[in-house]
Amino acid sequence: MPESTTPYAAERGPVPTPGQTIGPFYHFALPYEGGEHLVAPGCPGAIRLHGFVTDGNGTGIQDSMLELWQADESGQVVQQPGSLTSDPGRFTGFGRTSTWRDGGYSFTTVVPGPTSQGAAPFIAMVVFARGLLNRLFTRVYLPDDAEALANDPFLSSLAEDRRSTLIATREADGVYRFDVRLQGDGETVFLQFPRHEV
Amino acid sequence: MSEVVIEEQEAPTRGNLESQHEITAEIEDLQRQDERSGVHRTQSRLDFAPYRSSILRHPTKALEHADPEGIELWSPVFGTRDVDPLEADLTIQRGGEPIGERIRITGRVLDGDGRPVRGQLVEIWQANAAGRYIHKRDQHPAPIDPHFTGVGRTLTGDDGSYSFLTIKPGPYPWGNHRNAWRPAHVHFSLFGREFTQRMITQMYFPGDPLFALDPIYQSVTDPKARERLVASYDHDLSEHEFLLGYRWDIVLTGEHATRMEQESDHA
Repeated sequence: MPESTTPYAAERGPVPTPGQTIGPFYHFALPYEGGEHLVAPGCPGAIRLHGFVTDGNGTGIQDSMLELWQADESGQVVQQPGSLTSDPGRFTGFGRTSTWRDGGYSFTTVVPGPTSQGAAPFIAMVVFARGLLNRLFTRVYLPDDAEALANDPFLSSLAEDRRSTLIATREADGVYRFDVRLQGDGETVFLQFPRHEV
Repeated sequence: MSEVVIEEQEAPTRGNLESQHEITAEIEDLQRQDERSGVHRTQSRLDFAPYRSSILRHPTKALEHADPEGIELWSPVFGTRDVDPLEADLTIQRGGEPIGERIRITGRVLDGDGRPVRGQLVEIWQANAAGRYIHKRDQHPAPIDPHFTGVGRTLTGDDGSYSFLTIKPGPYPWGNHRNAWRPAHVHFSLFGREFTQRMITQMYFPGDPLFALDPIYQSVTDPKARERLVASYDHDLSEHEFLLGYRWDIVLTGEHATRMEQESDHA
């Protein structure tokens, strides 16, 4: 659908290739050892980010794949290779995991530092699943800095009931819950970027 | 959320399946709808009921417009630490030649402004020549090839190019409807220079008789857009007494960040 309200609207380049579903058979190809641990569990500053990916009936989706991409604790964006290696000491800011049989997932990572002035830090998340015909982008905001969340221009642009779907809940020290609801009650906010088509 | 229910995997032998005729009629209805409303989608339609698994797995609320910020304007970096050059050859991974029609798939990864995406990760996976994946949930009674894993990875070159040596995958049956068959395809996973460019897709082979019947391929409702998923046979790529060549270029969405090198970057 044509977008005309953004500074990126002048399209001159080639038309993007359509995305397609990841399908059910990616497990032997994409997930890699240690992909869910952006940092080693138990290391200083490590947090657990976990939850469920569910469908329109609230049923857990067992063949979904999630990726995280985030800055480090100081807000630095790491531009180093090594994400696909199993070195537990690496932190590249990238993580990948597939959901379990009940739709659950768990990452070990750190709290991202701020990367943009005046905006609350977040973890970028992309969602793939069998039955989902193209990837979906979302953001995971952590709940601890209420002021930063309240002042964030993007979050403020969302309706209250929608905004809350992007904010993880704190379950215990260093443990956060973030559910991805593809459809229905509490449907997660998914993002449309300029230059993207739904 | 202990109430989460475990879903039963779709099984190829499930009862009460619709016929291909009914699925095809649904596909044509939705495509006519898009055509009449003048919507020329360049992407797959997320809400596409002929692909039954999509019914409960597409968002029903409009996506929220967001300008990419911070981390979204960057992409993970992959390098020789992550990928062995031999992983681009799917015919040498298991100590013997896989059965099948040997092919090369090559092309370029470009961004939405036509610039090459350099040094970036490309991952592929596919069924073997008999249409069987090495996956415990693939129960299609076709033979497993002990010499074929169907997994490949590579990094793009300076001109955005990639190249995989593999065998042509076979079509396979699936549980979407009665007598449902997927056209032969290779799954591709791609990164750009921004995380907003991340995408996963499927590449098809020219002239497949199953195209019109497949709700996943047809979820790209615009015929011109659909053709962007189909590789072309390129005889200049074929090698004497060795393999057949297919060419497929992939275009990611456009970048949002302004980078210094971009002006001189057109290739």
